[in-house]
Amino acid sequence: MKAASLGNRRALAANGAVASGRMEKWRHRAPAIAAAVGLLLLWQLIVSGFGVPTYIAPSPVQVMEVFANQGNILWINFWPTLMEAAAGFALGNTIAVVLAVWFVHSQLAERAFYPIAVFVNTIPIIAIAPILVLMLGNGYAPKIVIAALICFFPTLVNMVRGLKSVSPQMLDLMRVLSASESEVLWKIRLQSSLPFLFAALKIASTTCVIGAIVGEWIGSNYGLGSLIIEATYNFRAPLLYATVILGAGMAVAAFTATSLIERRVLKWKPGNVI
Amino acid sequence: MRHHAAAGIATGVGVTAISVDRLAVSFGGNEGGITALQDVNFEVPEGGFVTMLGPSGCGKSTLLRAIADLVPTSAGDIRVFGRTPEQSRLARDFAFVFQDPTLLPWRSAIDNVRLPMEVGRRSGGELERHAEPEELLALVGLEGREDALPDELSGGMRQRVSIARALVHKPRVLLMDEPFGALDEITRDKLNEELLRIWRETGTTIMFVTHSVPEAAFLGRKCLVLSAQPGRVRGYVDIDLAEPRQLSVRDTLEFVQITSHLRSLLEVEQ
Repeated sequence: MKAASLGNRRALAANGAVASGRMEKWRHRAPAIAAAVGLLLLWQLIVSGFGVPTYIAPSPVQVMEVFANQGNILWINFWPTLMEAAAGFALGNTIAVVLAVWFVHSQLAERAFYPIAVFVNTIPIIAIAPILVLMLGNGYAPKIVIAALICFFPTLVNMVRGLKSVSPQMLDLMRVLSASESEVLWKIRLQSSLPFLFAALKIASTTCVIGAIVGEWIGSNYGLGSLIIEATYNFRAPLLYATVILGAGMAVAAFTATSLIERRVLKWKPGNVI
Repeated sequence: MRHHAAAGIATGVGVTAISVDRLAVSFGGNEGGITALQDVNFEVPEGGFVTMLGPSGCGKSTLLRAIADLVPTSAGDIRVFGRTPEQSRLARDFAFVFQDPTLLPWRSAIDNVRLPMEVGRRSGGELERHAEPEELLALVGLEGREDALPDELSGGMRQRVSIARALVHKPRVLLMDEPFGALDEITRDKLNEELLRIWRETGTTIMFVTHSVPEAAFLGRKCLVLSAQPGRVRGYVDIDLAEPRQLSVRDTLEFVQITSHLRSLLEVEQ
Protein backbone atom coordinates (compact mmCIF):
# COMPACT_ATOMS: atom_id res chain seq x y z
CA MET A 1 0.00 0.00 0.00
CA LYS A 2 2.75 2.37 1.01
CA ALA A 3 4.67 1.64 -2.14
CA ALA A 4 1.57 2.16 -4.27
CA SER A 5 0.90 5.57 -2.76
CA LEU A 6 4.51 6.53 -3.33
CA GLY A 7 4.11 5.59 -6.97
CA ASN A 8 0.95 7.68 -7.17
CA ARG A 9 2.71 10.65 -5.67
CA ARG A 10 5.40 10.35 -8.31
CA ALA A 11 2.85 10.23 -11.09
CA LEU A 12 1.07 13.25 -9.64
CA ALA A 13 4.28 15.23 -9.46
CA ALA A 14 4.96 14.34 -13.06
CA ASN A 15 1.58 15.48 -14.39
CA GLY A 16 -0.85 17.95 -12.89
CA ALA A 17 1.24 19.27 -10.05
CA VAL A 18 3.86 20.92 -12.27
CA ALA A 19 2.11 24.28 -12.54
CA SER A 20 1.30 24.61 -8.85
CA GLY A 21 4.84 23.43 -8.10
CA ARG A 22 6.23 26.33 -10.09
CA MET A 23 4.03 28.78 -8.20
CA GLU A 24 5.25 27.28 -4.96
CA LYS A 25 8.85 27.73 -6.08
CA TRP A 26 8.36 31.43 -6.80
CA ARG A 27 6.57 31.94 -3.51
CA HIS A 28 9.54 30.27 -1.87
CA ARG A 29 12.06 32.49 -3.61
CA ALA A 30 10.15 35.77 -3.37
CA PRO A 31 11.59 36.85 0.04
CA ALA A 32 15.18 36.40 -1.15
CA ILE A 33 14.54 38.36 -4.36
CA ALA A 34 12.75 41.14 -2.50
CA ALA A 35 15.57 41.39 0.04
CA ALA A 36 18.24 41.58 -2.67
CA VAL A 37 16.38 44.29 -4.59
CA GLY A 38 15.81 46.19 -1.32
CA LEU A 39 19.50 46.09 -0.41
CA LEU A 40 20.51 47.32 -3.88
CA LEU A 41 18.07 50.23 -3.56
CA LEU A 42 19.43 51.05 -0.09
CA TRP A 43 22.99 51.00 -1.45
CA GLN A 44 22.02 53.34 -4.29
CA LEU A 45 20.25 55.72 -1.87
CA ILE A 46 23.20 55.85 0.57
CA VAL A 47 25.83 56.42 -2.15
CA SER A 48 23.89 59.19 -3.92
CA GLY A 49 22.29 60.62 -0.76
CA PHE A 50 25.58 61.09 1.15
CA GLY A 51 27.59 61.92 -1.96
CA VAL A 52 30.12 59.08 -1.52
CA PRO A 53 32.96 59.51 -4.07
CA THR A 54 32.90 56.94 -6.86
CA TYR A 55 36.48 55.69 -6.16
CA ILE A 56 35.46 54.73 -2.60
CA ALA A 57 32.17 53.06 -3.43
CA PRO A 58 30.34 53.23 -6.75
CA SER A 59 26.57 53.07 -6.91
CA PRO A 60 24.78 50.04 -8.42
CA VAL A 61 23.83 52.19 -11.40
CA GLN A 62 27.48 53.06 -12.06
CA VAL A 63 28.41 49.37 -11.89
CA MET A 64 25.59 48.56 -14.30
CA GLU A 65 26.95 51.20 -16.68
CA VAL A 66 30.27 49.33 -16.79
CA PHE A 67 28.45 46.22 -17.93
CA ALA A 68 26.70 48.25 -20.62
CA ASN A 69 29.63 50.38 -21.87
CA GLN A 70 32.76 48.35 -21.07
CA GLY A 71 31.29 44.90 -21.58
CA ASN A 72 34.00 44.15 -24.10
CA ILE A 73 36.91 44.42 -21.63
CA LEU A 74 34.99 42.27 -19.11
CA TRP A 75 34.21 39.67 -21.73
CA ILE A 76 37.78 39.46 -23.07
CA ASN A 77 39.03 38.74 -19.55
CA PHE A 78 36.14 36.41 -18.65
CA TRP A 79 37.06 33.59 -21.04
CA PRO A 80 40.66 32.95 -19.93
CA THR A 81 39.56 32.76 -16.29
CA LEU A 82 36.71 30.40 -17.14
CA MET A 83 39.07 28.22 -19.17
CA GLU A 84 41.62 28.06 -16.34
CA ALA A 85 38.97 27.36 -13.72
CA ALA A 86 37.40 24.58 -15.82
CA ALA A 87 40.75 22.98 -16.66
CA GLY A 88 41.84 23.20 -13.02
CA PHE A 89 38.51 21.68 -11.93
CA ALA A 90 38.94 18.75 -14.31
CA LEU A 91 42.62 18.20 -13.46
CA GLY A 92 42.34 18.53 -9.67
CA ASN A 93 39.25 16.36 -9.34
CA THR A 94 40.51 13.67 -11.71
CA ILE A 95 43.76 13.33 -9.77
CA ALA A 96 41.83 13.31 -6.48
CA VAL A 97 39.46 10.55 -7.66
CA VAL A 98 42.28 8.40 -9.04
CA LEU A 99 44.30 8.83 -5.84
CA ALA A 100 41.26 8.01 -3.70
CA VAL A 101 40.71 4.76 -5.63
CA TRP A 102 44.38 3.92 -5.10
CA PHE A 103 44.20 4.72 -1.38
CA VAL A 104 41.17 2.51 -0.90
CA HIS A 105 42.94 -0.44 -2.52
CA SER A 106 46.36 0.07 -0.96
CA GLN A 107 46.73 0.84 2.72
CA LEU A 108 50.43 1.43 2.10
CA ALA A 109 49.72 4.13 -0.45
CA GLU A 110 47.20 5.77 1.86
CA ARG A 111 49.63 5.76 4.78
CA ALA A 112 52.44 7.12 2.62
CA PHE A 113 50.68 9.88 0.71
CA TYR A 114 47.69 10.97 2.78
CA PRO A 115 49.83 12.97 5.26
CA ILE A 116 51.58 14.67 2.34
CA ALA A 117 48.21 15.59 0.84
CA VAL A 118 47.18 17.07 4.18
CA PHE A 119 50.44 19.01 4.38
CA VAL A 120 50.06 20.46 0.89
CA ASN A 121 46.54 21.46 1.76
CA THR A 122 47.68 23.44 4.81
CA ILE A 123 49.92 25.76 2.75
CA PRO A 124 47.88 28.84 1.88
CA ILE A 125 47.13 28.94 -1.83
CA ILE A 126 48.31 32.54 -1.98
CA ALA A 127 51.75 31.36 -0.80
CA ILE A 128 51.97 28.55 -3.35
CA ALA A 129 51.00 30.81 -6.25
CA PRO A 130 54.38 32.64 -6.56
CA ILE A 131 56.25 29.34 -6.34
CA LEU A 132 54.19 27.95 -9.21
CA VAL A 133 54.66 31.09 -11.29
CA LEU A 134 58.43 30.72 -10.86
CA MET A 135 58.21 27.07 -11.87
CA LEU A 136 55.70 27.22 -14.69
CA GLY A 137 56.08 30.73 -16.07
CA ASN A 138 53.52 33.33 -16.94
CA GLY A 139 51.08 31.40 -19.10
CA TYR A 140 47.94 29.41 -18.38
CA ALA A 141 49.79 26.56 -16.68
CA PRO A 142 50.34 28.01 -13.17
CA LYS A 143 46.74 29.26 -12.97
CA ILE A 144 45.35 25.88 -13.96
CA VAL A 145 47.59 24.16 -11.40
CA ILE A 146 46.49 26.57 -8.65
CA ALA A 147 42.83 26.00 -9.51
CA ALA A 148 43.50 22.25 -9.52
CA LEU A 149 45.27 22.38 -6.16
CA ILE A 150 42.40 24.19 -4.51
CA CYS A 151 39.89 21.58 -5.82
CA PHE A 152 42.04 18.62 -5.05
CA PHE A 153 41.90 18.18 -1.30
CA PRO A 154 38.15 18.32 -0.52
CA THR A 155 37.52 15.87 -3.34
CA LEU A 156 40.24 13.49 -2.16
CA VAL A 157 38.93 13.41 1.41
CA ASN A 158 35.29 13.01 0.36
CA MET A 159 36.05 10.43 -2.30
CA VAL A 160 38.05 8.25 0.09
CA ARG A 161 35.16 8.40 2.55
CA GLY A 162 32.65 7.72 -0.20
CA LEU A 163 34.51 4.69 -1.56
CA LYS A 164 34.71 3.31 1.97
CA SER A 165 31.03 3.98 2.71
CA VAL A 166 30.02 0.48 1.55
CA SER A 167 28.39 -1.50 4.37
CA PRO A 168 30.29 -4.54 5.74
CA GLN A 169 27.29 -6.70 4.81
CA MET A 170 27.49 -5.57 1.21
CA LEU A 171 31.16 -6.56 1.17
CA ASP A 172 30.22 -9.93 2.72
CA LEU A 173 27.66 -10.40 -0.04
CA MET A 174 30.27 -9.66 -2.68
CA ARG A 175 32.61 -12.16 -1.04
CA VAL A 176 29.94 -14.86 -1.03
CA LEU A 177 29.53 -14.10 -4.75
CA SER A 178 33.32 -14.45 -5.20
CA ALA A 179 33.46 -10.97 -6.69
CA SER A 180 36.87 -9.50 -7.49
CA GLU A 181 38.17 -6.19 -6.13
CA SER A 182 37.59 -4.48 -9.47
CA GLU A 183 34.00 -5.77 -9.61
CA VAL A 184 33.42 -4.37 -6.13
CA LEU A 185 34.89 -1.06 -7.30
CA TRP A 186 32.81 -0.77 -10.48
CA LYS A 187 29.55 -2.28 -9.23
CA ILE A 188 29.48 -1.00 -5.65
CA ARG A 189 32.10 1.47 -4.50
CA LEU A 190 31.97 4.05 -7.29
CA GLN A 191 28.18 4.32 -7.17
CA SER A 192 28.16 4.48 -3.36
CA SER A 193 30.71 7.30 -3.47
CA LEU A 194 28.64 9.51 -5.81
CA PRO A 195 26.82 11.49 -3.07
CA PHE A 196 30.19 12.19 -1.44
CA LEU A 197 31.81 13.03 -4.77
CA PHE A 198 29.09 15.51 -5.69
CA ALA A 199 29.31 17.19 -2.28
CA ALA A 200 33.01 17.75 -3.03
CA LEU A 201 32.43 18.79 -6.65
CA LYS A 202 29.98 21.46 -5.52
CA ILE A 203 32.67 22.92 -3.27
CA ALA A 204 35.26 22.58 -6.04
CA SER A 205 33.03 24.26 -8.63
CA THR A 206 33.25 27.55 -6.71
CA THR A 207 36.78 27.27 -5.33
CA CYS A 208 38.29 26.56 -8.76
CA VAL A 209 37.18 30.06 -9.82
CA ILE A 210 38.90 31.49 -6.73
CA GLY A 211 42.03 29.52 -7.63
CA ALA A 212 42.11 30.86 -11.18
CA ILE A 213 41.59 34.47 -10.01
CA VAL A 214 44.27 34.20 -7.30
CA GLY A 215 46.65 32.75 -9.90
CA GLU A 216 46.03 35.75 -12.13
CA TRP A 217 46.90 38.20 -9.36
CA ILE A 218 50.51 37.14 -9.58
CA GLY A 219 52.19 38.00 -12.83
CA SER A 220 49.41 38.04 -15.36
CA ASN A 221 48.07 40.59 -17.82
CA TYR A 222 44.80 38.90 -18.69
CA GLY A 223 41.85 37.35 -16.86
CA LEU A 224 39.45 38.60 -14.20
CA GLY A 225 42.21 38.39 -11.56
CA SER A 226 44.52 40.77 -13.39
CA LEU A 227 41.55 43.04 -14.17
CA ILE A 228 40.80 43.23 -10.43
CA ILE A 229 44.40 44.29 -9.69
CA GLU A 230 44.45 46.81 -12.56
CA ALA A 231 41.10 48.37 -11.62
CA THR A 232 42.17 48.66 -7.96
CA TYR A 233 45.46 50.42 -8.74
CA ASN A 234 43.75 52.85 -11.11
CA PHE A 235 40.86 53.60 -8.72
CA ARG A 236 38.37 52.37 -11.33
CA ALA A 237 35.95 51.24 -8.63
CA PRO A 238 32.92 50.60 -10.91
CA LEU A 239 35.06 48.32 -13.11
CA LEU A 240 36.43 46.55 -10.00
CA TYR A 241 32.91 45.89 -8.72
CA ALA A 242 31.72 44.70 -12.10
CA THR A 243 34.68 42.29 -12.35
CA VAL A 244 34.03 40.90 -8.89
CA ILE A 245 30.34 40.41 -9.71
CA LEU A 246 31.27 38.64 -12.95
CA GLY A 247 33.67 36.34 -11.07
CA ALA A 248 31.00 35.54 -8.50
CA GLY A 249 28.52 34.93 -11.32
CA MET A 250 30.91 32.44 -12.86
CA ALA A 251 31.18 30.54 -9.56
CA VAL A 252 27.40 30.53 -9.06
CA ALA A 253 26.86 29.25 -12.61
CA ALA A 254 29.43 26.48 -12.05
CA PHE A 255 27.75 25.54 -8.77
CA THR A 256 24.31 25.48 -10.37
CA ALA A 257 25.55 23.34 -13.26
CA THR A 258 27.11 20.84 -10.85
CA SER A 259 23.89 20.67 -8.82
CA LEU A 260 21.85 20.07 -11.97
CA ILE A 261 24.16 17.25 -13.05
CA GLU A 262 23.93 15.79 -9.54
CA ARG A 263 20.15 15.76 -9.74
CA ARG A 264 20.34 13.99 -13.09
CA VAL A 265 22.86 11.38 -11.98
CA LEU A 266 21.68 10.70 -8.43
CA LYS A 267 18.14 9.42 -8.87
CA TRP A 268 18.26 7.48 -5.60
CA LYS A 269 18.12 9.06 -2.18
CA PRO A 270 21.53 8.68 -0.57
CA GLY A 271 20.05 9.16 2.90
CA ASN A 272 18.28 5.80 2.78
CA VAL A 273 21.22 3.58 1.90
CA ILE A 274 20.19 0.09 2.90
CA MET B 1 15.49 -26.23 -8.96
CA ARG B 2 13.20 -29.01 -7.90
CA HIS B 3 15.61 -31.72 -9.03
CA HIS B 4 17.89 -31.31 -6.02
CA ALA B 5 15.21 -32.52 -3.66
CA ALA B 6 14.03 -35.16 -6.08
CA ALA B 7 17.54 -36.62 -6.36
CA GLY B 8 17.66 -37.23 -2.63
CA ILE B 9 14.35 -39.04 -2.67
CA ALA B 10 15.12 -41.02 -5.82
CA THR B 11 18.27 -42.58 -4.40
CA GLY B 12 16.36 -43.45 -1.30
CA VAL B 13 19.33 -42.43 0.79
CA GLY B 14 19.36 -39.05 2.46
CA VAL B 15 22.22 -37.11 0.88
CA THR B 16 24.06 -34.92 3.34
CA ALA B 17 24.01 -31.26 2.33
CA ILE B 18 26.08 -29.81 5.15
CA SER B 19 28.27 -31.69 7.56
CA VAL B 20 30.08 -29.99 10.41
CA ASP B 21 32.64 -32.07 12.28
CA ARG B 22 34.33 -31.04 15.56
CA LEU B 23 34.30 -27.44 14.42
CA ALA B 24 36.00 -24.72 16.47
CA VAL B 25 36.20 -21.02 15.64
CA SER B 26 38.14 -18.53 17.70
CA PHE B 27 38.98 -14.89 17.17
CA GLY B 28 42.08 -12.94 18.11
CA GLY B 29 44.66 -15.73 17.99
CA ASN B 30 44.83 -18.95 19.98
CA GLU B 31 46.14 -17.49 23.23
CA GLY B 32 43.87 -15.02 24.95
CA GLY B 33 41.48 -15.01 22.02
CA ILE B 34 37.73 -15.51 22.21
CA THR B 35 36.44 -18.97 21.43
CA ALA B 36 33.20 -18.44 19.56
CA LEU B 37 32.45 -22.07 18.74
CA GLN B 38 33.78 -25.31 20.20
CA ASP B 39 33.32 -28.94 19.24
CA VAL B 40 30.28 -28.37 17.05
CA ASN B 41 28.99 -31.45 15.24
CA PHE B 42 25.86 -31.83 13.14
CA GLU B 43 24.59 -32.75 9.69
CA VAL B 44 21.91 -31.23 7.52
CA PRO B 45 20.20 -33.58 5.04
CA GLU B 46 19.63 -32.44 1.49
CA GLY B 47 16.34 -30.62 1.13
CA GLY B 48 16.14 -30.13 4.89
CA PHE B 49 15.12 -27.03 6.75
CA VAL B 50 17.23 -26.54 9.86
CA THR B 51 16.77 -23.60 12.19
CA MET B 52 19.51 -22.52 14.53
CA LEU B 53 18.54 -21.11 17.89
CA GLY B 54 20.59 -19.66 20.70
CA PRO B 55 21.08 -16.69 22.99
CA SER B 56 22.71 -13.63 21.46
CA GLY B 57 26.46 -13.97 21.26
CA CYS B 58 26.36 -17.76 21.15
CA GLY B 59 28.04 -17.84 17.76
CA LYS B 60 25.10 -18.93 15.64
CA SER B 61 25.86 -16.23 13.08
CA THR B 62 29.53 -17.19 13.25
CA LEU B 63 28.63 -20.79 12.50
CA LEU B 64 26.59 -19.75 9.49
CA ARG B 65 29.37 -17.44 8.31
CA ALA B 66 31.93 -20.22 8.71
CA ILE B 67 29.83 -22.44 6.42
CA ALA B 68 29.68 -19.52 3.96
CA ASP B 69 33.48 -19.11 3.98
CA LEU B 70 33.16 -15.66 5.54
CA VAL B 71 34.94 -16.66 8.78
CA PRO B 72 38.07 -18.84 8.96
CA THR B 73 37.80 -21.95 11.11
CA SER B 74 40.32 -22.87 13.81
CA ALA B 75 39.77 -26.61 13.93
CA GLY B 76 37.48 -29.28 12.57
CA ASP B 77 35.88 -29.62 9.19
CA ILE B 78 32.95 -28.20 7.24
CA ARG B 79 31.63 -29.82 4.06
CA VAL B 80 28.91 -28.58 1.76
CA PHE B 81 27.97 -31.42 -0.56
CA GLY B 82 31.41 -32.88 0.09
CA ARG B 83 33.26 -29.68 -0.78
CA THR B 84 35.09 -27.21 1.44
CA PRO B 85 33.35 -23.88 2.04
CA GLU B 86 35.75 -22.16 -0.37
CA GLN B 87 35.15 -24.68 -3.15
CA SER B 88 31.41 -24.51 -2.71
CA ARG B 89 31.51 -20.69 -2.63
CA LEU B 90 33.34 -20.68 -5.97
CA ALA B 91 30.86 -23.23 -7.32
CA ARG B 92 27.95 -21.08 -6.06
CA ASP B 93 26.55 -24.02 -4.12
CA PHE B 94 25.12 -21.74 -1.47
CA ALA B 95 23.60 -18.28 -1.20
CA PHE B 96 23.42 -16.04 1.83
CA VAL B 97 20.55 -13.87 3.05
CA PHE B 98 21.58 -11.22 5.58
CA GLN B 99 19.60 -9.59 8.36
CA ASP B 100 19.46 -6.38 6.30
CA PRO B 101 18.28 -6.72 2.71
CA THR B 102 21.67 -5.32 1.55
CA LEU B 103 20.25 -4.00 -1.71
CA LEU B 104 21.96 -1.45 -3.93
CA PRO B 105 19.78 1.66 -3.60
CA TRP B 106 20.45 2.84 -7.17
CA ARG B 107 19.31 -0.44 -8.71
CA SER B 108 15.72 -1.44 -9.32
CA ALA B 109 14.38 -4.62 -7.73
CA ILE B 110 15.02 -6.66 -10.87
CA ASP B 111 18.55 -5.28 -11.31
CA ASN B 112 19.33 -6.11 -7.70
CA VAL B 113 18.23 -9.67 -8.38
CA ARG B 114 20.56 -9.73 -11.41
CA LEU B 115 23.61 -8.61 -9.42
CA PRO B 116 24.91 -12.15 -8.73
CA MET B 117 24.86 -12.84 -12.49
CA GLU B 118 27.17 -9.90 -13.13
CA VAL B 119 29.98 -10.59 -10.67
CA GLY B 120 32.27 -13.43 -9.67
CA ARG B 121 33.62 -14.43 -13.08
CA ARG B 122 36.28 -16.39 -11.19
CA SER B 123 33.68 -19.03 -10.50
CA GLY B 124 33.57 -19.63 -14.25
CA GLY B 125 30.99 -21.93 -15.83
CA GLU B 126 28.74 -21.99 -12.79
CA LEU B 127 27.58 -18.49 -13.73
CA GLU B 128 25.60 -19.89 -16.63
CA ARG B 129 23.22 -21.72 -14.31
CA HIS B 130 20.60 -19.20 -13.30
CA ALA B 131 16.88 -18.73 -12.89
CA GLU B 132 14.91 -15.98 -14.61
CA PRO B 133 14.94 -12.87 -12.40
CA GLU B 134 11.34 -12.03 -13.42
CA GLU B 135 10.13 -15.46 -12.34
CA LEU B 136 11.98 -15.16 -9.04
CA LEU B 137 10.35 -11.83 -8.24
CA ALA B 138 7.01 -13.45 -8.99
CA LEU B 139 7.96 -16.37 -6.72
CA VAL B 140 8.55 -14.00 -3.81
CA GLY B 141 5.31 -12.15 -4.55
CA LEU B 142 6.71 -9.01 -6.15
CA GLU B 143 5.18 -9.29 -9.61
CA GLY B 144 4.76 -5.83 -11.13
CA ARG B 145 7.29 -4.21 -8.80
CA GLU B 146 10.33 -5.09 -10.94
CA ASP B 147 11.32 -1.49 -11.65
CA ALA B 148 10.81 -0.12 -8.14
CA LEU B 149 13.86 1.27 -6.39
CA PRO B 150 14.57 -0.17 -2.91
CA ASP B 151 13.46 3.00 -1.13
CA GLU B 152 10.08 2.73 -2.81
CA LEU B 153 9.57 -0.70 -1.24
CA SER B 154 8.63 -1.59 2.33
CA GLY B 155 11.03 -3.43 4.64
CA GLY B 156 9.32 -6.77 3.99
CA MET B 157 9.39 -6.26 0.22
CA ARG B 158 13.10 -5.41 0.31
CA GLN B 159 13.79 -8.65 2.15
CA ARG B 160 11.75 -10.49 -0.50
CA VAL B 161 14.00 -8.95 -3.17
CA SER B 162 17.05 -10.15 -1.29
CA ILE B 163 15.61 -13.68 -1.11
CA ALA B 164 14.94 -13.58 -4.86
CA ARG B 165 18.53 -12.44 -5.40
CA ALA B 166 19.79 -15.33 -3.27
CA LEU B 167 17.85 -17.80 -5.45
CA VAL B 168 19.09 -16.51 -8.79
CA HIS B 169 21.86 -19.10 -9.11
CA LYS B 170 19.63 -21.96 -8.00
CA PRO B 171 21.70 -22.53 -4.87
CA ARG B 172 21.61 -26.00 -3.35
CA VAL B 173 21.84 -24.43 0.12
CA LEU B 174 20.31 -21.20 1.37
CA LEU B 175 21.99 -19.75 4.47
CA MET B 176 19.78 -17.20 6.22
CA ASP B 177 21.06 -15.06 9.08
CA GLU B 178 18.05 -13.68 11.00
CA PRO B 179 16.53 -12.42 7.75
CA PHE B 180 13.23 -11.36 9.34
CA GLY B 181 14.71 -10.06 12.60
CA ALA B 182 14.15 -6.41 11.74
CA LEU B 183 10.56 -6.83 10.55
CA ASP B 184 7.31 -6.33 12.43
CA GLU B 185 5.49 -9.44 13.60
CA ILE B 186 2.72 -9.38 11.01
CA THR B 187 5.15 -9.08 8.10
CA ARG B 188 7.33 -11.71 9.71
CA ASP B 189 4.46 -14.22 9.96
CA LYS B 190 3.62 -13.66 6.31
CA LEU B 191 7.21 -14.09 5.20
CA ASN B 192 7.59 -17.21 7.36
CA GLU B 193 4.69 -18.84 5.51
CA GLU B 194 6.03 -17.71 2.15
CA LEU B 195 9.51 -18.97 2.93
CA LEU B 196 8.05 -22.43 3.59
CA ARG B 197 6.22 -22.26 0.27
CA ILE B 198 9.42 -21.21 -1.53
CA TRP B 199 11.30 -24.01 0.20
CA ARG B 200 8.72 -26.56 -0.93
CA GLU B 201 8.72 -25.20 -4.50
CA THR B 202 12.50 -25.04 -4.92
CA GLY B 203 13.66 -27.99 -2.83
CA THR B 204 16.60 -25.94 -1.59
CA THR B 205 18.25 -26.92 1.68
CA ILE B 206 17.82 -24.08 4.18
CA MET B 207 19.77 -23.17 7.30
CA PHE B 208 18.05 -20.40 9.17
CA VAL B 209 19.41 -18.49 12.18
CA THR B 210 16.91 -16.88 14.53
CA HIS B 211 16.58 -15.87 18.15
CA SER B 212 12.83 -16.36 18.14
CA VAL B 213 11.74 -19.69 19.62
CA PRO B 214 8.35 -19.79 17.81
CA GLU B 215 10.00 -18.93 14.50
CA ALA B 216 12.57 -21.68 14.97
CA ALA B 217 9.86 -24.21 15.76
CA PHE B 218 7.48 -23.12 13.01
CA LEU B 219 10.03 -23.11 10.20
CA GLY B 220 12.43 -25.90 11.07
CA ARG B 221 12.14 -29.63 10.45
CA LYS B 222 15.04 -29.77 12.82
CA CYS B 223 16.28 -27.18 15.28
CA LEU B 224 19.89 -26.84 16.35
CA VAL B 225 20.08 -25.27 19.81
CA LEU B 226 23.39 -23.63 20.76
CA SER B 227 24.66 -22.55 24.15
CA ALA B 228 26.68 -19.40 24.67
CA GLN B 229 30.38 -18.76 25.25
CA PRO B 230 31.72 -20.82 23.79
CA GLY B 231 28.99 -21.91 21.41
CA ARG B 232 28.30 -25.64 21.71
CA VAL B 233 25.46 -27.78 20.48
CA ARG B 234 22.94 -28.02 23.29
CA GLY B 235 20.50 -30.13 21.33
CA TYR B 236 19.43 -31.08 17.80
CA VAL B 237 15.69 -31.42 18.02
CA ASP B 238 13.36 -33.03 15.47
CA ILE B 239 10.21 -31.02 14.94
CA ASP B 240 7.26 -33.11 13.82
CA LEU B 241 4.24 -31.01 12.99
CA ALA B 242 1.38 -31.38 10.53
CA GLU B 243 2.43 -30.67 6.92
CA PRO B 244 2.15 -28.40 5.07
CA ARG B 245 2.54 -26.10 8.02
CA GLN B 246 0.20 -23.22 8.49
CA LEU B 247 0.37 -20.40 10.99
CA SER B 248 -2.50 -21.93 12.95
CA VAL B 249 -0.23 -24.83 13.91
CA ARG B 250 1.26 -22.48 16.47
CA ASP B 251 -1.92 -22.71 18.52
CA THR B 252 -1.75 -26.52 18.86
CA LEU B 253 -0.60 -28.34 21.96
CA GLU B 254 2.20 -30.11 20.07
CA PHE B 255 3.64 -26.78 19.02
CA VAL B 256 3.59 -25.44 22.56
CA GLN B 257 5.28 -28.64 23.78
CA ILE B 258 8.02 -28.23 21.19
CA THR B 259 8.63 -24.58 22.00
CA SER B 260 8.73 -25.26 25.75
CA HIS B 261 11.23 -28.06 25.09
CA LEU B 262 13.38 -25.68 23.04
CA ARG B 263 13.15 -23.07 25.79
CA SER B 264 14.19 -25.57 28.41
CA LEU B 265 17.27 -26.38 26.34
CA LEU B 266 18.10 -22.67 26.14
CA GLU B 267 17.68 -22.17 29.86
CA VAL B 268 20.05 -24.94 31.00
CA GLU B 269 22.79 -23.42 33.09
CA GLN B 270 26.31 -24.12 31.97
